[in-house]
Amino acid sequence: MAVGKQEVLNWLGALQQVYAGNRQWLTELDSAIGDADHGINMDRGFTAVKAELAAQAPADIAAVFRSVATTLIRHVGGSAGPLYGTFFLRAAAACGGKTEIAAADVVTLFQTGIEGIGQRGKAAAGDKTMLDALLPALDAMREALAGGGSLSAILDQGAAAAKAGMLATIPMQARKGRASYLGARSIGHQDPGATSSYLLLQAAADTWRA
Amino acid sequence: MKKLINDPQDAVRESLAGLALAHADILKVCLDPVYVVRADAPVAGKTGIVSGGGSGHEPLHTGFVGKGMLDAACPGQVFTSPTPDQIEAATRAVDGGAGVLHIVKNYTGDIMNFEMAAELCQADGIEVRVVVISDDVAVEDSLYTAGRRGVGTTVLAEKLCGAAAERGYDLARVQALCRRINANGRSMGMALTSCTVPAAGKPTFELGENEMEMGIGIHGEPGRERMPLLPAAELTERMAATVLADLPFRSGDQVIAMVNGMGGTPLMELYLIYAELERVLRGRGIRVERRLVGNYITSLDMAGCSTTLLKADDEMLSLWDDPVLTPGLRWGI
Repeated sequence: MAVGKQEVLNWLGALQQVYAGNRQWLTELDSAIGDADHGINMDRGFTAVKAELAAQAPADIAAVFRSVATTLIRHVGGSAGPLYGTFFLRAAAACGGKTEIAAADVVTLFQTGIEGIGQRGKAAAGDKTMLDALLPALDAMREALAGGGSLSAILDQGAAAAKAGMLATIPMQARKGRASYLGARSIGHQDPGATSSYLLLQAAADTWRA
Repeated sequence: MKKLINDPQDAVRESLAGLALAHADILKVCLDPVYVVRADAPVAGKTGIVSGGGSGHEPLHTGFVGKGMLDAACPGQVFTSPTPDQIEAATRAVDGGAGVLHIVKNYTGDIMNFEMAAELCQADGIEVRVVVISDDVAVEDSLYTAGRRGVGTTVLAEKLCGAAAERGYDLARVQALCRRINANGRSMGMALTSCTVPAAGKPTFELGENEMEMGIGIHGEPGRERMPLLPAAELTERMAATVLADLPFRSGDQVIAMVNGMGGTPLMELYLIYAELERVLRGRGIRVERRLVGNYITSLDMAGCSTTLLKADDEMLSLWDDPVLTPGLRWGI
């Protein structure tokens, strides 16, 4: 399948439900090694995204992503706001002028968005952050694309890699963000940011299934 | 959870409404986007001072808006950084043509949001400079952490830089002063209990009846070491020793000292700790020239305290004595 504006809106609608449904879980993960607000902030952000998209009715895919970016930057706060805001801002740039995006474009969208998160947060693989879910997911998606996989197959493999990456944060010692203040005590806890990033990819895989 | 609130989602806004009503002579609260600004802003020709951060640390930062301290403060949700649109609007509102200093506590989210706001302001011709406060000795500063957290020294920096701006220091000079304050200030905190974020509804962590958490942050993020509760004398010695060794403070140094409550500890106990602290400092030949005892940078309803020492030069002491008129700090007016 190719992804048009309606499919993009469906994904964002699914994300609102996913973050509302996982609000408690994300907040509990954040209680262990952060400041107990990640689920609350993601839920507030994507609830605002839903309202803004309904009010603005953006013209094309890039405009939808730009609206999501500014809404998240304004409503989420913390570090998740600028990081996911930057992801969608870059995604908008990657989709400029397109009314439909094919499998290769979807991979490019995630690649530019994930690179944006890396630049904004100045984190690297292994720091126990969102990137530990997103970077393996990106590798898996590129590999699936190069192997001629369908969009569903690409996203399924991306989501599976993100999930593995999320679980792999458990034994890591945090080197960025508030969890890094705990030193070795951050070991043994799953990173909340990697978890919300996995949910982002899983929702795309579930929504954009051919 | 037992709190004096309505809907937890509305707590920050409703509290700001009360702040505006209680201190209409000193400040105004703007709601879209949210920031608190001194009543007479912008002051023409004066360097503007803006700070901000998550709510839940009151009186920091909103309670320090007023003559002789902050021109504006941007409150985020509880323990969550404010957003760039708030910071940009506040910066515009206080720019009197002499540029604006952002005083930012070192947390990943605050840094990123203030960074984005500064880019927006600079693109529009407002000169913005930034000083990041990173004074918490409980956190190792290394390539492998986000760096030291900004805690108690922020209160002292906002007072001293506010006084300097009021005296007519230009932006570069206020920035240099703020950096010097950060370089010479050190803090350490401890908790007897956790705190409860209103929207979360339950304590962020659990502490046993006879336990305390040393090196606690101001967001209920766990500290570095959980240990049996000590008597106040030993507790203060331990906290002070860590702070003193870090700068290090030496015999003959003059300091501004702060014993700060985390929000849920009675003043009776804070004064008791302060007496212990003066005893420790006197024993080391360190002179306390100015002091502050009370709740200034809190963590909601957490019980506990923090100790901040600033090695002060004569200029800092003189700026400290300048008049200040804010909800949280006022003298000389």
